Amino acid sequence: MRVFLYLVEHDRGLIEETTLGGLTAARQLAEAMGAQLHAAVIGQAADRPAAEVGAYGAEAIHLVRHGLLTDYGPDAWADSLVQLAGSVGPAAVIATGTDRGNEVLAHVGARMDLAMVANCLEIESDGGDWLMTRVRWGGSLHERARLVAPTKLVTLAPHSTEAAHAPRPGAGRVVEFVPELDESAALTMVKDRVTVSEGITLATAPVVVSGGRGVGSVEGFAIIEELASLLGGAVGCSRVVTNNGWKNHKFQVGQTGTVVAPDLYVACGISGAIQHWVGMMNAKNVLAINIDRDAPMVTKADWAVIADLHEVVPAISAEITRRRGLAREGG
Amino acid sequence: MRILVCVKRVPAPGAKIVLTSDGQDIDASLLGFTVSPHEECAVEEAVQIVEREGGSVTVMTLGPPEAEEQLRSAIAVGADSAVLLPTGIPDWDPVSTSAALVAAIRESESGHGEPFDLILFGNESADSGGYQVGIRVARALGRPMVTGIKGIDTEGDRITARRETPAGSEVYQLPLPAVAGVKEGINLPRYPTLRGRMAARRAPVSTIEPTPGTSGQSKVVLATPPAVGSEVDILGEGAEAAPAIVDIMEELGLV
Repeated sequence: MRVFLYLVEHDRGLIEETTLGGLTAARQLAEAMGAQLHAAVIGQAADRPAAEVGAYGAEAIHLVRHGLLTDYGPDAWADSLVQLAGSVGPAAVIATGTDRGNEVLAHVGARMDLAMVANCLEIESDGGDWLMTRVRWGGSLHERARLVAPTKLVTLAPHSTEAAHAPRPGAGRVVEFVPELDESAALTMVKDRVTVSEGITLATAPVVVSGGRGVGSVEGFAIIEELASLLGGAVGCSRVVTNNGWKNHKFQVGQTGTVVAPDLYVACGISGAIQHWVGMMNAKNVLAINIDRDAPMVTKADWAVIADLHEVVPAISAEITRRRGLAREGG
Repeated sequence: MRILVCVKRVPAPGAKIVLTSDGQDIDASLLGFTVSPHEECAVEEAVQIVEREGGSVTVMTLGPPEAEEQLRSAIAVGADSAVLLPTGIPDWDPVSTSAALVAAIRESESGHGEPFDLILFGNESADSGGYQVGIRVARALGRPMVTGIKGIDTEGDRITARRETPAGSEVYQLPLPAVAGVKEGINLPRYPTLRGRMAARRAPVSTIEPTPGTSGQSKVVLATPPAVGSEVDILGEGAEAAPAIVDIMEELGLV
């Protein structure tokens, strides 16, 4: 039976959330194409994530361990994966299209001299070829592509499939694999880490209050920050704001900034260029505040207020404070 | 330090992407062109390193003859020289693109007698987003590469590069010559000065003819994703709309 080999992403043993969605998608793909799903877990701590993988339908779980695989490193991981593929002979090697997933698969493609198709949404077979829909422009454009290759190398667009256990768990047969690694593969290994502990991060906040060109200045962000704080949310901004130096890039929502998916996204004075839109299009609810009724952000939002943000944002904060005061008095 | 930055000409689509009638490309007849935001930052990073330590910045692109405009823009903000690999067709696949870049880099390096100390790419192109050209180039040249880089420090014959993760950042150290894929946010790119623009207009752009290749990946057609969601509900105008907005926030359980 043909084998699809999926790269499990983990950080020193801790499995990444995006990898489980990818694993689910890879299992569905294997089922649809009559292939068997195998998982590759690379690194010294590979046994820890491996325990979780079986429930997602992997028939075999390859634990790839070596003294040099102490942490993540694109060359060491790619060398390992290429050697494992040489031993297993998969019809496809699949990863999720994260920073690491795309990086490792591109290295695998370079080593095996094969095409690598990044961030696929849907894949079907057409004879021996694959036809796929893949993401361009951060998701605002789809490309239909054809892949002709003896071994298919693809990454799956992150968050495109929800993680779900397999209806029937796979055999989950654990197989040890020891690659031959050269010291040079360790050159690109992570050497050190800096951990920052933040309360609410932009990427995971339930509410994001974001400001664009309409905010007008550094000082203009005070009212955005006040509203975000009242809602227990994070502050975001558009690329124009970063380019003008009003906010640090770490606040930037968009294709080249942070991609967010909050319950509520409040877009204040943001016109809605594609660069920004693809960074927040997965928000469950969008409220636009803009003086221009025809701004793309307004027409695409769930709700909009046609107003100067400098007037309406403080009014919203005041109204929230007033109602909370009433609730306290009433209670 | 001798630094090479590879860039790609892409349209600046604004708020809506319109396709040509055959679905093979973006209708760019009304659009301006730029390089990907990550690449703007890669050029800026190279210029800043050379301002600190001396050396030179070369920019290289594979693209239509009009991509000369993007090379000159890089010169206007501080790059010293530019190389164009002119193509006839718009979309080269990643394998062919990297092979052509490798050939041009080898030619340029053998002309100079030594390798570029550092080659910078944008992490991924804004349009096709293949996430691999830099990696393929680095592999072919036998040089170490890391991607997703938002900080570079140079120390003698090596660089320290920082990559952001959800929990903080990872630190890599690479011996030179090396390659890095950088992300926007590593710096704030400068605007060109008048003098920079003048210099860019006069600067020579050298040309290396690329040889087209093939790979297993080919584009069939482009499509805009189906629009999702319903009509927008306009809650009102001006500050009077605040109570209606807070009603919704209450419904969402936020107040």
